[in-house]
Amino acid sequence: MIPNKVRSHLVQNEDLIFEQSSPGKNGYQLPPLDVPEVDPAEALGAANVRATIEDFPEVSEVEVIRHFTRLSTWNYAIDLGMYPLGSCTMKYNPRINEAVARIEGLAWAHPYQPESLSQGVMEVTERLEAALLAITGLDAITLQPAAGAHGELTGILLVRAFLEAQGNPRKRILTPDSAHGTNPATAGIAGYDVQNIRSNDQGMIDLEELARAVDTDVAALMVTNPNTLGVFEENIMKAADILHSKGAMVYMDGANMNALVGIARPGDFGIDVMHLNLHKTFSTPHGGGGPGSGPVAVKKHLEPFLPTPRLHRKGDTLTWDYNRPQSIGKVRAFYGNFGVLVRALAYIYAHGGPGLRNATVDAVLNANYLRHRLRPYFDLPYDRPNMHEVVFSDDRQSAKGVRTGDMAKRLIDYGFHPYTVSFPLIVHGALMIEPTETESKRELDQFVEAMIAIATEVDTEPQTVLKAPHMTRTTKVDEVTAARKPIVRWKR
Amino acid sequence: MLAACGITSAEQLFEQVPASARIDHALNIPPGLSEYEIADTFKALGAKNAVGYASFLGAGVYNHYRPVVVDTIVSRGEFLTSYTPYQSEISQGTLTAIFEFQTMICQLTGMDVANASMYDGSTAVPEAAMMAVRVTKRNRILVARSVHPEYRDVLNTYAKNQGLPVEEVGYDNETGQIDLNDLEAKLNGETACVIIQSPNFFGIVEDTNAAAERAHAKGALLVFTFAEAVSLGILEPPRAADIVAGELQSFAISPSYGGPFAGIMAAKEQFIRQIPGRLVGATKDTNGNRAFCLTLATREQHIRREKATSNICTNQALVALMATIYMELYGKQGLRELATQNLSKARYLAGKLKPRFSGPSFNEFVAVTADPEDVNRRLLDRKIIGGLPLAKYYPELSDGVLLCATEMTKRADMDALAEVFHS
Repeated sequence: MIPNKVRSHLVQNEDLIFEQSSPGKNGYQLPPLDVPEVDPAEALGAANVRATIEDFPEVSEVEVIRHFTRLSTWNYAIDLGMYPLGSCTMKYNPRINEAVARIEGLAWAHPYQPESLSQGVMEVTERLEAALLAITGLDAITLQPAAGAHGELTGILLVRAFLEAQGNPRKRILTPDSAHGTNPATAGIAGYDVQNIRSNDQGMIDLEELARAVDTDVAALMVTNPNTLGVFEENIMKAADILHSKGAMVYMDGANMNALVGIARPGDFGIDVMHLNLHKTFSTPHGGGGPGSGPVAVKKHLEPFLPTPRLHRKGDTLTWDYNRPQSIGKVRAFYGNFGVLVRALAYIYAHGGPGLRNATVDAVLNANYLRHRLRPYFDLPYDRPNMHEVVFSDDRQSAKGVRTGDMAKRLIDYGFHPYTVSFPLIVHGALMIEPTETESKRELDQFVEAMIAIATEVDTEPQTVLKAPHMTRTTKVDEVTAARKPIVRWKR
Repeated sequence: MLAACGITSAEQLFEQVPASARIDHALNIPPGLSEYEIADTFKALGAKNAVGYASFLGAGVYNHYRPVVVDTIVSRGEFLTSYTPYQSEISQGTLTAIFEFQTMICQLTGMDVANASMYDGSTAVPEAAMMAVRVTKRNRILVARSVHPEYRDVLNTYAKNQGLPVEEVGYDNETGQIDLNDLEAKLNGETACVIIQSPNFFGIVEDTNAAAERAHAKGALLVFTFAEAVSLGILEPPRAADIVAGELQSFAISPSYGGPFAGIMAAKEQFIRQIPGRLVGATKDTNGNRAFCLTLATREQHIRREKATSNICTNQALVALMATIYMELYGKQGLRELATQNLSKARYLAGKLKPRFSGPSFNEFVAVTADPEDVNRRLLDRKIIGGLPLAKYYPELSDGVLLCATEMTKRADMDALAEVFHS
């Protein structure tokens, strides 16, 4: 029996836009040309001009609106309910952020317009840099990286450049076995070998294992704190000492920064370089998978290597400094995902210092509330106070043939997005749950009821869970065929 | 809630953080503002930038009209506030839109497959180069000097750390196109790819076929990039290329001081398993209905970890959606008409100035004037932002200004600009 969060309703069917196209239709208007019209073949040479864009759609404006409105109803979204994806920090996206990002002087600023006519956008950058440095306790920051993984790459390139300047870039990056997949992938792209470090029986960095692994060939340890179990690495400062004693550095993946803002600063617990995800901690919308933004903050010794250009204030005037001989260069054209930076700054202004800390406290309280409410029903492999997220395992349910992925799909029928499935890898059959601070107790309680109902179903009617979801417009999809015979475009 | 957690104060939850790591002071950020105050603050910041100016800047970021419908659709919470569509059953809206995006990118570029988008053009180019390195198992990269300077900067950052030598190919001093003799001289058996841009940074349309022939003759791939997507409404698509990596900012993505934008990555069919980033594929659900899902994930970081094709884990979904809506609104006829308007405006302007190069240009061109900075200063007095002086990027073109005209450029402003150039 499904609790009262959802009820079925009519959903429109909708064909692909190409299947609705008919010749001669369009959804645009251009003003009449105020200059003589040029014949493209004459101007460009006939060989350079295409005959047509074969099979490109031809539809009216109202058809476009209906098309995407109908498609939109096939999506789940934060605006529809809780999105408990661990490590993803799916919090409410305030709409004032969207409004200010569209202010003309900001949205239509050209990256090459004169600096004298760009002081406002540069001030947005300056103010956000200052706020993020206050939050991280680090010394310098670049806002250029376009996403979290891009920030990771930037951070590791900084480490590499620093070590190279000392004569030896070194060979290896250490990553805990609980790390996000992007960490080892980043190390590989940056030209490093990756060495996995086993966690201890508490799921934390094993200091002895770490000490054995660290030598003068190690460039850095990439660590997530709180780690992917949602627990603060209590030995982080000792770990940093081990790395630093061999001239290596500590990189922090800031995916879980929502647990620390206003409480603890990476700059104070031994971190040399880290990235932030503005689309997680600072509420900018995920948008179905981007745009993100991944600023990278560093200790002073890495500052000379930050990407060009760097923002400088000379009295009343802000300027971009390109004369940075030790810089790693550019990691993206222009100055990063500026529109995302505007939204993040608006979020910081709405909260203010005290409000940001309150948000952290609420996020951690919500996650601990879920741990206490759900622990009678699900196995908790690391039973200890958590920060912003909690990780259960499916041990009890998988004994009855139902796995974490099955229960996640069943959660959809109850009106929720699934939690993160099977991650971190160190927990067998993980259910990784992050509620964020923006969920009310009422929504959390509905989620708890849904989880308890599913746990009961595993005992009484496991087939219902195994065949879920039942209520969605689209049922389970055949991903195997999709990968075996990939069809990645429509064809007539 | 505290009682349920067995505590009396939420502060107790933070006891797991060692005291030495905790901060004992308030963040140095002032208290929160009301919505009205936030709006006011940003309006004031917006007003400190160029507002009410006519602009002739292009150079990778273009002023095109954004139809109202675009923001109407992307403001829907179902698109704006959803996550990456891993859970197919409740993400068909995003997945279907991406499938249409991939299809239209193929139709525009003449490629067989396209991914769900990249961060932007500047990062798509090095990803394409690394893809060519994987495909050819060679490691030298040749890039035309007429490729956007910032794209080349980003390429160098990526390549340097993977031990991939990057060499530039010059441009023809007359036409502004790639110097084919220089290309031939620099191509060898270690060249993984040749990267060209068309229209190139000078606005000139390249001879893609000629560059492709020479690259292919030496077993290298041709990587084609573009910064001005509207050009594809009228220009022959780069069918001879092996990989196309470009920028879609022109398709309803506001300039926004340089981002967020959306890049594309498209390629010939045989390279599908080497493409980085997300791919959406068609399949069926258990009821036999058409459905879409993310596919070929074995290329990606969360499965392959350090052996992944790239560390990329997102696309630019919402921005790519803007471009998708734009392409569907304009459609087959509209994109052509739009491109023709751009071409016509730029030709009108070029007719009043001294173009530096003779090759065919689209909506940008390099004009020659004795002192570009001085011209720009005088233009500002008339509320006109002039073109981009090239000295910073091309010292040999210190008398060159890169000017752009789009469908938004008014004849009166072009006349005024020409007047200042000639005075």
